[in-house]
Amino acid sequence: MTQEAFVSRLKKVYSIYTGGLILLLILLGIGEKLFGLSPAFIGYVFLFGTIAVYAAIGIISRTGKVAEYYVAGRRVPAVFNGMATAADWMSAASFIGMAGALALQGYNGLAFIMGWTGGYVLLGVLIAPYLRKFGAYTVPDFLDARYGGKFPRFIGIIATIIVSFTYLVGQITGVGIIASRLLGLPFEVGVFLGLIGILVCSFLGGMRAVTWTQVAQYIVLIIAYLIPVTVLSFKYTGNPISQISYGFALQGIEQKFAQLREDPKEKEVREIHKKKAEELKAKIAALPQSWEEGKKELEAKLASLPPDDPSRAELEKKLKEYPKSPQEAKEKWTKAMKEAEAASKPPKSYVAPPSDAKGMINFLALTLMLMLGTAGLPHVIMRFYTTPTVREARSSAAWALFFILLLYLTAPAYAAFGRYEMLNLVGKAFSEMPSWVEKWAQVGLITINDLNGDGIIQFAEIKIHPDMVVLATPEIAGLPYVIAGFVAAGGLAAALSTADGLLITISNAISHDLYYKIINPNLSPSTRVKIGKALLLVVALIGAYVASFRLAIIVELVAWAFSLAASSLFPALVLGIWDKRTNKYGAMAGMIVGLGVTIAYLIASRFYGFELFGIKTIAAGIFGMPLNFIVTFVVSRLTPPPPKEIQEFVDNIRYPKGAVKAGAEE
Amino acid sequence: MLSKEQLQSYWRENRNLMYLVLVIWALVSYGAALISGWLNKIVIFGFPLGYYMGAQGSLIVFLLLIIFYSKKMNEIDKKYGVEEE
Repeated sequence: MTQEAFVSRLKKVYSIYTGGLILLLILLGIGEKLFGLSPAFIGYVFLFGTIAVYAAIGIISRTGKVAEYYVAGRRVPAVFNGMATAADWMSAASFIGMAGALALQGYNGLAFIMGWTGGYVLLGVLIAPYLRKFGAYTVPDFLDARYGGKFPRFIGIIATIIVSFTYLVGQITGVGIIASRLLGLPFEVGVFLGLIGILVCSFLGGMRAVTWTQVAQYIVLIIAYLIPVTVLSFKYTGNPISQISYGFALQGIEQKFAQLREDPKEKEVREIHKKKAEELKAKIAALPQSWEEGKKELEAKLASLPPDDPSRAELEKKLKEYPKSPQEAKEKWTKAMKEAEAASKPPKSYVAPPSDAKGMINFLALTLMLMLGTAGLPHVIMRFYTTPTVREARSSAAWALFFILLLYLTAPAYAAFGRYEMLNLVGKAFSEMPSWVEKWAQVGLITINDLNGDGIIQFAEIKIHPDMVVLATPEIAGLPYVIAGFVAAGGLAAALSTADGLLITISNAISHDLYYKIINPNLSPSTRVKIGKALLLVVALIGAYVASFRLAIIVELVAWAFSLAASSLFPALVLGIWDKRTNKYGAMAGMIVGLGVTIAYLIASRFYGFELFGIKTIAAGIFGMPLNFIVTFVVSRLTPPPPKEIQEFVDNIRYPKGAVKAGAEE
Repeated sequence: MLSKEQLQSYWRENRNLMYLVLVIWALVSYGAALISGWLNKIVIFGFPLGYYMGAQGSLIVFLLLIIFYSKKMNEIDKKYGVEEE
């Protein structure tokens, strides 16, 4: 089939698919209205319906060919690669968490919005077109070819696996949480379903299957993201374009905040938080005795109650949740103390940047790390190997950012509306709480306690989980359940598509880079693909196993991936293309120093309270990244220049086909 | 195949374009963030400009930058007669 015929067929297939999706939504909506379909039923239709479609695409795209398995045959048109990249890139965190984080943090949250989009400029200008010209399969492939040898490839493999695996576990955890919330299943069952959902898309067809399911998943997630906020925007302003209508909400938030800072009732509640923070501080200082005393006190209270006392259940729950060890107590109480301390302060302006230099430095450092990390993430870079030409790789970066912006330009509207709606609760009586608050309070995403006992909701009495903002918007907008279910399906699509991309990146790093290129280069093409598939299964199982523990640290580790990628792979890629003088020794030393310093700062700041210039753990790479550049630059110039073949290799990736003697393309 | 001089000037044009793109990229994100307190005094349709740049303005410029770069590179390729079909 010619490329043109292929493109027109793709357009037709995905148009029919989108139409079918909208039809399903309408039918379920009618079903809910007329026949009273239960939320559980609708939830199952979305969960199994969407996974069945992804599986069907996965089966249709099955392949045993190396080029199809690793790079989807290199014929993914720019627009479709843009959609696939957008889905690959936007994870559960972008879909569910980001708007909420922005709502809660105000200006500081913008680091994520700018950071996770600005990286595409770097990718599109500095990296993607050249890697496409090189035309291999993986990032370690490039490091090997550019720096000559197995050692650079090996460091690339290590960096790829560290970065991608933590990210993968985060996505599988996300799938488990969404599935359990959508259907009320236990978390572990959700993880298992997620595992199946991920494997059906990737196992049979590798990159080819992942590409075409990611396009399908993008369509689900973007429609799901846009519907609720569009309706809400129309309700508020009569203007359905939420991306330009939310200015009034920003003004509303600022006015309300100014008022709350002076409100006497608010001050009263802030005082209560302040006292609580001080109590916790004293308890932490008196560890481990305070932990033991607290435990004994609870046990004694429980023992003193008669067996049929109604307050027993609550006390038993408290005892069950009580920290198991003084260490755990320290962790838990410190967290609670910090929360109480934050709640004891008057609300800061929503739109104002950090007022102190330290805050600003951390904001800028975090933004930079997220941008550079984005441009250095192997699973994103891999997608640019799949376009037919260098030209399409360039325009594909533009398409990818376009499709990402459809969601990212909407997130600030979600955030502002969410914040605005939460502030509308303030001043209401506890008895007139809207029903959506009660619903989400049951799953613990929002807690409102009448701390000062006046029966009226104060701002300082509301505690919200960031995920709440996107998840509750359908109900706030007064939409039927079918839309809420669809939003969950969108979150699921976001998590699954990212997990797919990561899974294939990790299994390729092991099967192609480690096993085929380093250990056993005499494999036949069909054996290579078979080994790739086997590893895919193994990595997915390990990922799901780790996710099933539901460690609190996982969410943090995902954020670490950006600092790690920015300080290890990004400089080696950029200098490899743009600086001919960079050689093997420089790049190796740079990567090792960059990675080492970043890991050291991550651990020192997260676990031992170490801090330099106000840089928080999440922006740790700000030290390792520039060091990597400097070390690479200096060491390269102190050692002999790269050999002639490598210089020719650089020319070959820099200039388009036909400009220099053509290099071999696999 | 291009001559050595042609190759050099091709790469120089590409590099200058890259610098131009990255300077604008840095100005609209980091530059705007640094003066966002001041920009916030300008309010358009309810949007304080400093906040707006971080939330949406810089993002739109990012997209325009990639489109601009990709268009310009196609032109440069054409100029040197090495464009892809």
